[in-house]
Amino acid sequence: MMTEPMVQPMPMQQYFHDLAAFLDTCMQGRELYKFWLSAEESDFVRFNHSAIRQAGHVRQLYLTLHLLDGLRHANATITLAGDTSSDRALIECTVGQLRDQLPDLPEDPHLLVSTEVQSTEHVVPSRLPDTGAIVDQVLDAARGNDMVGILAAGPVYRGFANSYGQRNWQQTASFNLDWSLYHSKDKAVKSTYAGFDWDRTAFASRFGTAATQLELLQREPVTIKPGAYRAYLAPTALGEVLGMLNWGGLSEKSLRTMQSPLRRMRDEGLRLNTAVTLSENTAEGLAPAFQEDGFIKPGRLALIEQGRLVGSLVSPRTAKEYGIATNGANGSESASSLDLVAGNLALSRVLQELDTGVFISNLWYLNFSDRSNFRLTGMTRFACFWVENGEIKAPLNVMRFDDSLFRMLGDNLLALTDEREMLIDTDTYGARSTASMRLPGALVKDFVFVL
Amino acid sequence: MRALFREIAPAVDFCSLRVVNETSEELTVRQDVLQPLSTSVDRGAMVTVVHRGGSGYAATSDLSASGLKEAIARATRWAELSAGRSVVDYAKLDLPRPAGSYATPDAAPERSATRKELIDLLMRESTACRIDPRIVDWSASLWRVGTEQLYLTADGAEVSQQFRYLIPSLVVTASHNGDTQTRSLGGQYNGYCRQGGLEILDDAGFDGAGQRVAQQALELLAAPNCPSGKMDLLLMPEQMMLQIHESIGHPLELDRILGDERNFAGTSFVTLDMFGNYRYGSELLNVTYDPQRPHQFASYQWDDEGLRAERTFLIRNGILERPLGSATSQARAGMEGVANARAAGWNRAPIDRMANLNIEPGTSTLDDMIRSVERGVLMETNVSWSIDDSRNKFQFGCEYGHIIENGELKGLVKNPNYRGVSATFWRSLKAVGDESTFSVMGTPFCGKGEPSQVIRVGHASPACLFADIDVFGGE
Repeated sequence: MMTEPMVQPMPMQQYFHDLAAFLDTCMQGRELYKFWLSAEESDFVRFNHSAIRQAGHVRQLYLTLHLLDGLRHANATITLAGDTSSDRALIECTVGQLRDQLPDLPEDPHLLVSTEVQSTEHVVPSRLPDTGAIVDQVLDAARGNDMVGILAAGPVYRGFANSYGQRNWQQTASFNLDWSLYHSKDKAVKSTYAGFDWDRTAFASRFGTAATQLELLQREPVTIKPGAYRAYLAPTALGEVLGMLNWGGLSEKSLRTMQSPLRRMRDEGLRLNTAVTLSENTAEGLAPAFQEDGFIKPGRLALIEQGRLVGSLVSPRTAKEYGIATNGANGSESASSLDLVAGNLALSRVLQELDTGVFISNLWYLNFSDRSNFRLTGMTRFACFWVENGEIKAPLNVMRFDDSLFRMLGDNLLALTDEREMLIDTDTYGARSTASMRLPGALVKDFVFVL
Repeated sequence: MRALFREIAPAVDFCSLRVVNETSEELTVRQDVLQPLSTSVDRGAMVTVVHRGGSGYAATSDLSASGLKEAIARATRWAELSAGRSVVDYAKLDLPRPAGSYATPDAAPERSATRKELIDLLMRESTACRIDPRIVDWSASLWRVGTEQLYLTADGAEVSQQFRYLIPSLVVTASHNGDTQTRSLGGQYNGYCRQGGLEILDDAGFDGAGQRVAQQALELLAAPNCPSGKMDLLLMPEQMMLQIHESIGHPLELDRILGDERNFAGTSFVTLDMFGNYRYGSELLNVTYDPQRPHQFASYQWDDEGLRAERTFLIRNGILERPLGSATSQARAGMEGVANARAAGWNRAPIDRMANLNIEPGTSTLDDMIRSVERGVLMETNVSWSIDDSRNKFQFGCEYGHIIENGELKGLVKNPNYRGVSATFWRSLKAVGDESTFSVMGTPFCGKGEPSQVIRVGHASPACLFADIDVFGGE
C-alpha cells in the first residue's frame, strides 16, 4: 500500500529566516528579540494486538518569542500557521503585547544575553519512505504475534534567532518505532528501531531477534525473595537509572541550593567507582548544539571523571545568578546527550560473569526514596530473567528495587560492558524528543530488591 | 470556523473538528526575583475522519481554509489506511452528536487582580519565606489558564466549552549539616489546582503560606527519620490524591485493560471479568468519577469525543462496578464506562483518562481516627511515587509525617515512605474521614499515551486510615 505524500514539505528553513527578518523590522528603540522555533510534521501510528489503534498526523509550529528592553524582558509562546504572510499579523500583535508588559516588570538581575554571534546549520534531508509503507511492513512482521507500540516519523525542526543576527537551524527527518511483543500478562520483549534511513532488512532482523527472545518468556516465571542480588543492568535499564540525573542531579542550580542528589559528591567529596566517566557529548548526540537562548554547547562537557564529579550543567540564568560561566545548558539544566564510557566486560561474557543473579533488560517508574542519598526505587519491567550458573533459567516476575546510586555505581559496580548502545529517546510529550544516551551495560553486586 | 468546516467536510461516514484555543500566563518569584514572565497562546485543531471502518486524525496549527483542507485530506488518508486493520471496526461505533455549551462557573466575580498586583502578592510570600539562613531556596508562583474548546461534527453537532484554571504553588527548601528538606503548599506538583478564579487562593491558604511553609521546612530538618515497620497509616488528602491516582485511577482505565498502553504507561492488574464482583477495597471504599463538581480541576460537561459526562460510581462499598472507559473503549470491551475520552490539546488524539476521580467521605472525624491508632504514622503531601506497570506494587513518599502513639499525635518525622500492593492495600482501609477532613485536590501533570500526553486531573478525598502497612524512612 504505497502512496505518495500529498503535499511538498514546507520550506521550513526559509520560513525561519523570513520570520527573523520580519522581527528585525519590528523592534523599536533599544529593543532586542530572540526566538526559539520548535516545529514538526509527524505521523503517529499506534498499534495494539498487531493492529492499528490510532493513526494520524500532527503538524505544529511553536514560536517562543522574547522581547528585551535593557534588563526588562518577557516572552510569549504562540502557535503559527507556517505561512509568513498570514503569521506576520499575529507576530506583530504578540510583539505589541510583550511591549505593553515590560513597564510593569522589574529589571531582571539574572538575565544573561548571548551577544556573540555564532550561527550554525545542520540539515539532514529526509530519506524517509512514506509512513504507510512502513506501517505495511510492521503489520506484516507482527502477524501471528501480540505486538503493541508506536511509530513516529517525519521531520523535526529547531531554530534560534536574535537581533544580533545569530541564526541556528537544525532540521532532521527521522523515524522511531518503539514496540513490545507480548507473551502473556506483563511478560514481553521491548525493542526500538530508530534512525534516518528505514531499512527493511534491518527492521526484519530486529523484529526477528525480539521474537526469538520472546521464546524465553514462555518458561514458567519465578518470584525471588526481597534481598540483595548480583544483577546485570542492560543499557536500557541503566539509562533509566542515569535518567534520574536529569531530576536536578547535574544542575548547577540544584547543586548550589543543596537539592541535587549528587550534592554529596560536590560537598563531601563522595566518589563513584573509578570506571564511571560520564559526559554530555553533544558532538555525538542527536540534540541541537544550541539552546533556547542561543548559547552554543561545547562538543563534550565532562561531568564525572573516574568517579569524581567534575562538572555540571550551567544555564545562562544560573551563570548570571552565581557569577560563573554558562556552558550552554538549557533552562532546566538537564542533559540531552549523556555518554558513559565503556568498560572491559565483553558482551558475550555477561551471563558467565553474572553467574547467578538477575538479568535486567528494563527498569520502570523510578523515583527517589531518599534524595539526599541518591536512593532510588523503581520496578523491573519487560524481559528480565533469573540466571543460574551463567544460564538463563526463567523469566522474573516484576520486583521493586530500592538502592542508592552511590552504591550501585560505587563500590557495588563490578564492570561495564565493552560495547555500548545508542538509546534514542522515544519521548513525545508535547513534541518529539531529540535526546539520546550512549551507554554500556553494568554488572553490579548486592542490588537491593524490597518487594 | 463552523461554516468553513461544514463547507469543506468530506463525503465520509463521520468527520469531526475539535478546535482548542488555550491562553496561559505563568508568574513566578524565586528568591524574591521575578522570573521571566511567560505567556502563551496555543491554538490549533484536530480533524477526525471515520470511513469504511477505519479512523484517522490530523492536527494542525494552520487554521486557514487550506490548512484545514490539508488536515482533512490527511485524516481521510489515515482512515483509509487503517480500514480493516484496526483494533475495532469503527463503522460499528455509535459516535455521539452532542449540542450545548458549558463554562466554568464564576464563584467570585468580584475578585480580580492586575498582573502587577499578583506579582506583588508573590513577592510578599517570597519575602516571607526568608526566615532563617538555613532556608536555601524558595519560590511562589501562579499559573492562570483559559481554555476554549469547540467540537463540531460535519452533520451538525456542536458543543462549546470554556474553562478557567488557577494553579498556585509555593515551595521552600531548607538545608543544614548535609540534610535537605523541601516543604510545599499542597505538593510540589500543584495540588491546589482548580477551576475558577482568585478564590482558589483563599481555599489553598496562599496568603501567609510563605512563612508557614518555611517554618515547616525548618522543622523537618530537626525531625528524626520516619520509623520502619508494619503499622497503621493515616493519609491526609494531599497524599490520598496520589494514592487514588496511581492505584485506583490508572488500573481502572479501560484502554490499559485492553492493552493499548502496554508498551508505555503499562497494563493493569484489573481484568474485564472483575467488574461487578471484585472486592477492590473494604466496605468503606466508595469511588466516583465526578465531572460535575464545578470547581474541581477536571470538570466538564462533554468529553473530547462529545459524550455527555455525569457522576458515576466506579467502586461502591468496596466492590468494583465500572471502568474509566470512553465510548470507543466501551464498544471494544462490551461494557459500560464513562465520558472520559480526553486529549491534552489540539495536537493529541483523545484517549481514556481519569478526569475527576474522588473518594466519597465517610463518617470518622480526624480525631476519631487518630484516637483509634495504637502505633502508626500520619503522612501528608506526596513527594515520591513509583508503581509497577500493572499498577500493583507501589512505593510512595511524603514530605511530612507525624508519629501516632496510643491515640495521640506525637512528634514530626522526615522522609516518611510506605509501600504496598494495590490489590490488597485498599482492603486494609479501616476508617474513612468525614466531610470535615475532605479536600479537593488535583494535578496538571498526569502522563500517558503514545504519542504522550500530559493532562489535568482532579482528586478529592477525605483523610483515610489503613491498617498494618509497611512504613519506612530515609537513611
